[in-house]
Amino acid sequence: MSTYLTKRLLYMLVILFAASLLIFCLYALTPGDFITGNIKLTAERKAELREIYGLNKPVLERYGLWMKDAFHGNFGYSLAQQKPVLQLFSDYIWNSFLLAAVSTFLTWVIAVIVGVISAYKQYSWFDTLVMVAIFAAMSLPSFFIGLFLIKILAVDLKWLPPGGMITTGSNATGLAYLKEVVRHMTLPVVVMVLLGLGSLTRYFRSNMIDVLQQDYIRTARAKGLKERKVLFTHALRNALLPAITLVGFELPALFGGSLIIEQIFNWPGIGQLYMKSFGLRDYPLLMGFTMFIAILTVIGTLLSDILYRVADPRVRL
Amino acid sequence: MAADSKLTKLQRPQAKLQKSSLFRQSLRKLMHNKLAVSGFGVVVFMFVLCFIGPFFSPYTDNKINMAMMNKAPNLTHWLGTDALGRDILTRVMQAGRISLTVGLASMVLSVLLGALLGAIAGYYRGLADQIIMRVADLLMTIPGLPLLFIFGALLSEWKIPTDYRMYIVMLMLSIVNWPGLARMVRGQMLSLREREFMQAAVVLGLRDRRKLFGHLLPNIVPLLIVMATLNIGGAILSESVLSFFGLGVMPPTPTWGNMIDAANNMIDFQDHPWLWIPPGLSIFATVIAINIFGDGLRDVLDPKQKR
Amino acid sequence: MKEIMKIDGLSTVFFTDEGKVRAVDDISFRVREGETVCIVGESGCGKSVTAMSIMGLVEEPGGKVSGGSIDFLGEDLLRLDKNSLRAIRGHEIAMIFQEPMSSLNPVIKIGEQIMEPLIVHQKMKKKAARQRAVELISQVGISRAEQIADSYPHELSGGMLQRIMIAIAISCSPKLLIADEPTTALDVTIQAQILDMLREFKESSGMSMMLITHDLGVVAEMADYVIVMYSGKIVEEGEVVQLFQNPKHPYTRGLLKSKPVMGQRQDELYSIPGQVPNPLELASSCYFHDRCEHCMPVCRTRHPGLKEVGGGQKAACWLYEEAEVHV
Repeated sequence: MSTYLTKRLLYMLVILFAASLLIFCLYALTPGDFITGNIKLTAERKAELREIYGLNKPVLERYGLWMKDAFHGNFGYSLAQQKPVLQLFSDYIWNSFLLAAVSTFLTWVIAVIVGVISAYKQYSWFDTLVMVAIFAAMSLPSFFIGLFLIKILAVDLKWLPPGGMITTGSNATGLAYLKEVVRHMTLPVVVMVLLGLGSLTRYFRSNMIDVLQQDYIRTARAKGLKERKVLFTHALRNALLPAITLVGFELPALFGGSLIIEQIFNWPGIGQLYMKSFGLRDYPLLMGFTMFIAILTVIGTLLSDILYRVADPRVRL
Repeated sequence: MAADSKLTKLQRPQAKLQKSSLFRQSLRKLMHNKLAVSGFGVVVFMFVLCFIGPFFSPYTDNKINMAMMNKAPNLTHWLGTDALGRDILTRVMQAGRISLTVGLASMVLSVLLGALLGAIAGYYRGLADQIIMRVADLLMTIPGLPLLFIFGALLSEWKIPTDYRMYIVMLMLSIVNWPGLARMVRGQMLSLREREFMQAAVVLGLRDRRKLFGHLLPNIVPLLIVMATLNIGGAILSESVLSFFGLGVMPPTPTWGNMIDAANNMIDFQDHPWLWIPPGLSIFATVIAINIFGDGLRDVLDPKQKR
Repeated sequence: MKEIMKIDGLSTVFFTDEGKVRAVDDISFRVREGETVCIVGESGCGKSVTAMSIMGLVEEPGGKVSGGSIDFLGEDLLRLDKNSLRAIRGHEIAMIFQEPMSSLNPVIKIGEQIMEPLIVHQKMKKKAARQRAVELISQVGISRAEQIADSYPHELSGGMLQRIMIAIAISCSPKLLIADEPTTALDVTIQAQILDMLREFKESSGMSMMLITHDLGVVAEMADYVIVMYSGKIVEEGEVVQLFQNPKHPYTRGLLKSKPVMGQRQDELYSIPGQVPNPLELASSCYFHDRCEHCMPVCRTRHPGLKEVGGGQKAACWLYEEAEVHV
């Protein structure tokens, strides 16, 4: 186990190093920066600021500095917000996490239940309906369904607020605050669940169909067990097992925010922060964000691997 | 069930099945899947609508008509008109040409790239495998959307003429898409290499090229067809996201994505929904049809991969 | 001896893409108390499907029992509601399968898998069930029972897993044990041990056994009564000694001839020419006619019925019908 882990960790570091280089070069390549784009500044002031931020140095040197700081836990300083990138992340990340955690949880619960039932009743009208719904969910353009629901539910019917996390100017506290946040997050959560539901339900459905054809399910039935027990103890345990690997892959989505949904619903999360900074070409923040997601992705992959090995009694390290 | 597998074993030597070719056999199975056939029907309809439809429209010149600004759907303009008095239905069809072309072309590119690199990695292994798969890992580590955004921003900053942006968007989508495909093809190659018929090919002393093109690639063609089909839908979705955020194909070249951009304008969003709902529904209809058809194909061509 | 199960006119069909398949076609037989009935035949002849039909494990929409009755101790299993049938399954009728490696749930501990039927049918508490499970494990000849109860199936060998399957099957002292090719997937040395164990349990508990196999050696070893199936039909049945000494149906003769005999080296082993017919294209002929060396015109046009051919033996063959007609 330890040699395997060491190998994986080493490879992880190499990939992250390469990713950091690539990310840095990509952003460094992009012409124009926060200072050039700012029309309020004079030419001299611009040159001065470039000097201060070290933007006039060669690319490789800037990369070296960036990496050195990163190793010291400093992911740079947002030029637009005049705050350290890490602090900005910690300000916004929990909003993103709230949205992502609630919708991920709901998505999993619904996907497992619907997937199990439709696998059990394969080829029934319910199953056909589920299959069509799965395809529909997988084919939704995320921004369009977001806009569409805002238009109908928020603008036309006025049932729910169209965006944001709290009503503008509101200073509600306690339970009232909680209620307000829940009302505001309903629509984005619905959209995120819709978007995630398709592939996950399909995954559980096909896993479950595979498992239900196994010999040990026949054995369980031959023992005279109740169908519910066969389904939820014998079959579901086996069908859920491979899904453990997905937990790791959810990691970037859980903490990385959703660029499109947060932007459309004006949700003050890390994804929206990215979109805002992108317009301003606030590179330290953009690079920090991209690197952050890359790190989460790599850790998530490793986590999946370890979890699977822990969970499946057949796989030995 | 054991009984089922026994039954299929019995059916195999059937003379009737052996007569028809693998292709005709698959086609017959596909025709049985009503859902897949209707998906294919919708895809064909969308293509016909977008590529032939505009010939029947009196508004293809996109002349600016101040008298007909922002009209709601009516008898002369079935889906209404936009802020410049252009017919939305015609615009949707013209945009569809671009969106479908981008989807198709970027699919072809990513499948070619992915299949070729994956096959090389899986077949030759060693150094080639190391290099290709490490690059793929790297590209898969960096989140796709920010990557596409950076590319999009580069295009804008470099002042690429709008006519060419479409081609570069295709290229961008392929760069983001190939690693996944390459990984899958490589996996297939690795497992095929170990199979008996490949060992037979080695024993027979066939040349590398013959082994690769004569024996290995034909075996992954079904998988590739399925992946390619499903990939078109994904590419259409990605293009629409990029164009919606103003980083993909830019006006005046219309695409479904940049038509929905109208929703970014508060007044158009609230009061002129016919500007942005039809292109959105077109994307949805096209992609769902492609996905359903692709899944039907998968059932027929590659039943083991059903997932 | 008392009859415990009487099957009458049982038919089971499967629905495939190519059409309807009669996997079991109008078969009748009975199992008496303490008796071992062997069902013999090639793969796909319907012997496993017969077992699944008795257990009520033929699943729609893939297939269904289309006719007949299965009388088990006075109750027709085919007309029982789901719950009553479930109460019989694993309790009064238990089953052992061919593949011990895949027949146990890979993510559930062995002990728990043995405990399940005890808890469901004997209404045992968890603790008592656990204790009984450990006893059962040692009863099927596995040492370190406590430790085995806490292990997962992948940690055990195929032979041990089949013993565990037997432990599960006998846990509720069933009246009938159905064993579907219980030794086919095992090494020869293990096969004998498993068969011995089955016979011992049968004799000590007085249960009946329905043993499905394609191995005539196993039949000779275990059977009291033998049923030979071909393409979903019974072609011959009789007491084991008589059937082996005086097989009537050409198919049975072929089967017995193709078995190597110790001390008699032949240049070439006998094999029945041809193949099992496609179950989709069964006509109204004798299904065996194109492989039969005694094929007559009538064999191509009509299917023979199962007839008494003397000595309590029955065969479905025109050879004997003709004889009767001539007499």
